[in-house]
Amino acid sequence: MLALIVFLPLAAFLAILLGAPARLTAVGAAALNLALALYAAATWHCPCWIFSEPVLAKPAIHLAFGFPDGMSVVMVLLTAIVTLAAVLSGKAPEGRETLYYGSSLLLSGGALGAFAATDLFFFYAFHELALIPTFLMIGILGRGERRAAAWKITIYLGLGSIVLLAGLVWLANLTGTFDMGKMADAGRIDPVAQKGIAGLLIVGFGTLVSLFPFHSWAAPAYASAPAPIAMLHAGVLKKFGLYGLLRLAIPLVPDGLQAWLNPLLLLLLGNILWVGYVTVSQKRLDLMLGNSSVMHMGYIFLAVAALIAFPENPLARSAAIVLMFAHGISIALLFGLADRIERCTGSIDLADLGGLGKSAPALAFMFGIAAMASIGLPGLANFAGEVLVFLAAFKSYDGTSGLGPVQVTCILAIWGVVISAVYMLRAYRNIFQGPAGTLTSSAPDISLTDRIPALLLIIVLLAVGLYPNILLNLLK
Amino acid sequence: MPAYYLEALTVTLGIALLMAEAFVPSKAKGWVGIAGAIGLAGILGLTCLAIGPDAKPDAAWAKWPLWNFYTFDGLARFYKIFALLCTLLVLLMGVDYRKVLVQFTDHPGSEAGTGEYHVLPVFACAGMMWLASARDLAGAFVALELVTITFYILVSYMRRNIGSLEAGVKYLILGALSTGFLVYGIAWIYGSTGTMNLLEIGNRLRESVMFSSVPIISGLFTIHQVPLLFGVALVMVGLGFKVGAVPMQIWIPDVYQGAPTPTTAFLSVGSKAAGFILMIRFLEPFLAGPVTRGPVLGLLGVLACATLLFGNLAAIAQTNFKRLLAYSSIAHAGFLLLALAAWQPSDSELTSTMVVSFYLATYLLMTLGVFFVLAQVRIQRDGENITDFNGLGTTNPRLALALTVLLAALAGVPLTAGFIGKFFVFFLAVDSHLWWAVGIATIAATAGFYYYFKVIRAMWWMPPADATPINLPPISAVCIAVLTVAVLLFGIWPQPIWALLH
Repeated sequence: MLALIVFLPLAAFLAILLGAPARLTAVGAAALNLALALYAAATWHCPCWIFSEPVLAKPAIHLAFGFPDGMSVVMVLLTAIVTLAAVLSGKAPEGRETLYYGSSLLLSGGALGAFAATDLFFFYAFHELALIPTFLMIGILGRGERRAAAWKITIYLGLGSIVLLAGLVWLANLTGTFDMGKMADAGRIDPVAQKGIAGLLIVGFGTLVSLFPFHSWAAPAYASAPAPIAMLHAGVLKKFGLYGLLRLAIPLVPDGLQAWLNPLLLLLLGNILWVGYVTVSQKRLDLMLGNSSVMHMGYIFLAVAALIAFPENPLARSAAIVLMFAHGISIALLFGLADRIERCTGSIDLADLGGLGKSAPALAFMFGIAAMASIGLPGLANFAGEVLVFLAAFKSYDGTSGLGPVQVTCILAIWGVVISAVYMLRAYRNIFQGPAGTLTSSAPDISLTDRIPALLLIIVLLAVGLYPNILLNLLK
Repeated sequence: MPAYYLEALTVTLGIALLMAEAFVPSKAKGWVGIAGAIGLAGILGLTCLAIGPDAKPDAAWAKWPLWNFYTFDGLARFYKIFALLCTLLVLLMGVDYRKVLVQFTDHPGSEAGTGEYHVLPVFACAGMMWLASARDLAGAFVALELVTITFYILVSYMRRNIGSLEAGVKYLILGALSTGFLVYGIAWIYGSTGTMNLLEIGNRLRESVMFSSVPIISGLFTIHQVPLLFGVALVMVGLGFKVGAVPMQIWIPDVYQGAPTPTTAFLSVGSKAAGFILMIRFLEPFLAGPVTRGPVLGLLGVLACATLLFGNLAAIAQTNFKRLLAYSSIAHAGFLLLALAAWQPSDSELTSTMVVSFYLATYLLMTLGVFFVLAQVRIQRDGENITDFNGLGTTNPRLALALTVLLAALAGVPLTAGFIGKFFVFFLAVDSHLWWAVGIATIAATAGFYYYFKVIRAMWWMPPADATPINLPPISAVCIAVLTVAVLLFGIWPQPIWALLH
């Protein structure tokens, strides 16, 4: 039955390709999929969701989907929510509707397949499927330096995927199976091999999640991408790398990861502090958001690092997943609203904007909430995630043995919250406050239809922020 | 029906077409190609239906004087189907390519001189089919020459085109050289083992090991390693030419670029597959023999790494699409050689032979699909550069989508058939602990990603230079659609090809 959720967007993509009305089909499929995903979240323990169809007898490969634990449920839910918001808030250029909505659905289907797959082969394959429309759409319908940005993301993610593939093949070879559920049964993997696999997985998955220093594809790509693609990639698809680390690397190569812990801590500080510093100096809203999304990956990596350092730490795992979810929703909201600002005023340059709050109060209000969420204000989902991360990092701290590397990193990382506040609030002031310029004084406010996707995301942010148990119960 | 009827039927079809061609009016030479394709489709049907996969030599075969030159097994059947399918598609491609051929044959503007172009591939096909069944080096050599000599003509068929002529001369000279190596190597092997039959060679190698410790008779069975391995190396040079292994690849870019596009497609798919089936048949006894196994595997490993690196890295700089495909064909030969270098014998779960065959099957679908598109671009845009594909996404979105799928498959993007082939190769290499080769293959695959996406980028991201859309003639349109769908289908559900290999 889970196959239905995965193949619905792909079927809708085919329908659009064959001439179905693009926007209507895309919105219908996304809404239906969200309903199915919600139903799945309520009943995910039921074995009826498991789907398995043999594809190849030897070596045994199955087209298999299932919910091995709550993490997959959360990710599927995230994908379904962001997909609906993305297709609702997108506005296709004249005559390119097929391409615009079709590729959004293709991306969504690929992401769903990757999060729901329980076979290593399709786990990898569906993610790649989702990358292709990302590359093409940035190149075809992007803005600004779109060709350079698209080429850069193609090369970076292509290279990352192949490094990842080498690690995954090695893993499958040692465990002798492609079934991700059965891999742990093969016994403990030899420590030397563990170290090699862990290194390949950190670099491979890390490139996909824009881990410092493999991150420089992200900001230009998101800045150039059409809004739904930026929302879906930054919000959903990028989380695939973290999902993969949690799903495969942590349970299967724990000792190998241990060896890479200190380098990983340094790299994630690079994400939070270095990229945070870069973000502060951005002059354009889209580049700033792209960089901020790279920066926030550092916190999720911190949760992963805490899990590596203290494997018996259930909090760290939940923290990573909640923050993945929260960041996915908030960054999608921000990219959606940034697109709206550009459509209202014709510019995305912070210097050109100002005083938009007077002419577009609803837009200002929504952007304010999104910015607060991104900073990590209590009451919004990101706060729940970030607090959990910081708690997880100190979980096994007993005060007698002094601070370990994870705790030191955590203390430094908390400064990132200040950096976030600096750039987000400054951007808000530059766009919405101050004297109105020529572009902003007569700009229209966000239209009623455009408010629906933004409200959807805001409601989710508030719900998880006020009552994080919605997610935490799924993760028990 | 005995299996060798298939080759007989194919040759008969070729001769019949050649004679009929003389009476076909010069305006309708395309029908010769269509008739050939229909004939081949019939033989293909016979191969699939009339002969079981386990048609083994029986009493009736024993009376046949050539029986120990010929074998029939699942692998032979697979490669016969491969050769027939490939030739069929090449003939169909040739039918649409007449428009270019007529410009460069004897009577410009008339199809009078193009008839043989549609017939010759059938003879090459017969040679390839025989190669799939060869089990004697002498027989294999004759079949290989049938293929090669046909290609000499096909490559230089556009005799008023300087590029085609140059390609023909280069192919002739280097092909003859490689033939020399091949025959010389066969002679050395015959000299050291006393037989040219591959089955016998295997037996002799086993006996020489088995009796090496028995004092008196050991001398009777001794095979001297150095001359034998020298012979194997020489044969590998000869076969390396056919499959395009570095350093025997120098002819490929120029010949591929100069030859008529259907011939290039045929060279790149049919001729390469023929080289690989012969290589598998030839190497099997040597890889089973404990003494020869090590050096042969070492040779294959070096060839594979060199081919992977050269093919992929040299492809990056190409601006001519046909030349790019030439380097890509070298690159794929590298992956195929890597599968052989990671040799898994026939009793393992995933054998090298199966992986090579599977890879070639997917390679056929992807490469021929791309060549169909290239042929149409050549006909209608009069160019073969990557820039001639600029803006294809705007003028012909569906064609561009198909080409995107095919190129992504060649690059090895998941959920296409090309990925599964590469995936198996990686899997085998990891299984055999060829870590260096895995590293090089990773670099190679990344480079492949880059140069295939260069074409995709041109199609979708660049503004069109020529706003008139490309009109696909019905034959090409159907072939491209079928091949694209097959590439996607086998990417998700490879079992049919896999079942054919068992």
